Amino acid sequence: MSTICIDNVSRWFGNVVAVNDVSMTVGPGVTGLLGPNGAGKSTLINMMGGFLAPSAGTVTLDGQTIWRNEQIYRHIGIVPEREAMYDFLTGREFVRANAELHGLGDREAQRALATVEMEYAQDRRIDTYSKGMRQRVKMASALVHEPSVLLLDEPFNGMDPRQRMQLMDLLRAMGADGRTVLFSSHILEEVEQLAAHIEVVVAGRHAASGDFRKIRRLMTDRPHRYAVRSSDDRALAAALISDPSTSGIEVDVQEGVLRIQAVDFGRFTELLPRVARAHGIRLLTVSPSDESLESVFSYLVAA
Amino acid sequence: MYNPTVARLTYRGLLGRRRALILFVLPALLLVLSAAVRMLTGADDNTATSVLGGFALATMVPLIGVIAGTGAIGPEIDDGSVVYLLAKPVKRPTIILTKLVVAIGVTVAFSAVPTLIAGFLLNGNSQQIAVAYALAATVASVAYSAIFLLLGTVTRHAVVAGLVYALVWESLFGSLIPGARTLSVQQWSLALAEKTAGAGAVTADVSLPLGLTLLTAATVAATWFAARRLRALTLAGEE
Repeated sequence: MSTICIDNVSRWFGNVVAVNDVSMTVGPGVTGLLGPNGAGKSTLINMMGGFLAPSAGTVTLDGQTIWRNEQIYRHIGIVPEREAMYDFLTGREFVRANAELHGLGDREAQRALATVEMEYAQDRRIDTYSKGMRQRVKMASALVHEPSVLLLDEPFNGMDPRQRMQLMDLLRAMGADGRTVLFSSHILEEVEQLAAHIEVVVAGRHAASGDFRKIRRLMTDRPHRYAVRSSDDRALAAALISDPSTSGIEVDVQEGVLRIQAVDFGRFTELLPRVARAHGIRLLTVSPSDESLESVFSYLVAA
Repeated sequence: MYNPTVARLTYRGLLGRRRALILFVLPALLLVLSAAVRMLTGADDNTATSVLGGFALATMVPLIGVIAGTGAIGPEIDDGSVVYLLAKPVKRPTIILTKLVVAIGVTVAFSAVPTLIAGFLLNGNSQQIAVAYALAATVASVAYSAIFLLLGTVTRHAVVAGLVYALVWESLFGSLIPGARTLSVQQWSLALAEKTAGAGAVTADVSLPLGLTLLTAATVAATWFAARRLRALTLAGEE
């Protein structure tokens, strides 16, 4: 068993609170750490990886403190987000060096390179690698000692779809193996495809935790806002408000736009064109006004 | 206390970067200068001490020390690749000591050795002047490496800070204000040169026991602090 326990953890940088009183437990299997950019995902991962001390609270792996405990790295593998990685070495030299620092040798390095399918380019210098190749060599360096915990910060950034699929398969296999795999992402679809368990952080707070279906439902069930321009705003407003899928409509005369709040997303998207046609109203523009990830997430915080 | 993998990564990083060029340019300059002086003015002990003392020990050794000392760790911390060293069950003092050994090795190879050769070129080691300055350059290399390695763990602008220290403090203030000399690696190491060379050939501002004590104290303290810094190195996220 390898369980990371984050207990009432806060982290601030000067006056800025990056992580605010977060508690979560990350156990075996694949967990996705989801949140918009700047939500504190990297700060959390850095604390789990022992590269940042919590300002308050504790971060432990099976009861052992992670900060300032270099022996913990026998059990943890880290795939950082940053690109830099001794670019003057070849991929093989780099992974070999990582193996040696764990007291292992060429055999383990070769096995790790094979796992990420990088043997074909292992004798090229790292500065000639594409972003996806770098990512895979980083993976290999984190896997040399077969860690029971793997932490990945935005691992899919810059990968093409095929590389993404490969990495997902690899992480899935590791999770199925009983290892604790935690990766961060700001893209819901990525997390949904890979992680059975999701932790959501927004603005430094722990917003939601659990099964991805539950979180997906929370996200689609939230009230949606639309800005609509049509040939007859008032008539359209009158027709729409009678349906239970809408909860509020404002006729913004100055801007010449209807602001509609829909509570039943599926039903509303079907209703709008039907009502417009029935009343002979032309729809000029229909645009969701709060589809940004931030607003989706902030809804989750309130939920 | 010494890790061969860390050493390999360090010296390849040191010699593989562009600033490594300075490591070759400065000693080459010293050798060319020495050869030219010898050909133009012949062998002369006073000329030898002013070239070795004024250029080699006062300027070249600290500059090479800055490049090697800060370069042994600064770039890795800057670009974040130090994560790969730190996310390993390797003791932090081991990492620092290994990097120190590499930095000393590089500084000695690129400053003390050329100083010795330059001394022989200048006056054929008359009055032991070549050996004296080479010895001084060697002990100075140790102290400079430790100080600049610490600087590399403390600030992102380690090279600039190091250059300011090396050029302004050691060279400029050292020659203008007598008091500043007592607190200068250059003078501490000169004490050793004074003892080694023939009587009156080299003069230092501090006595040999004091010089050696201060050299040792500076080296040990800088190394200890650097290990401490590395142990608590935090990587803030990029967000």
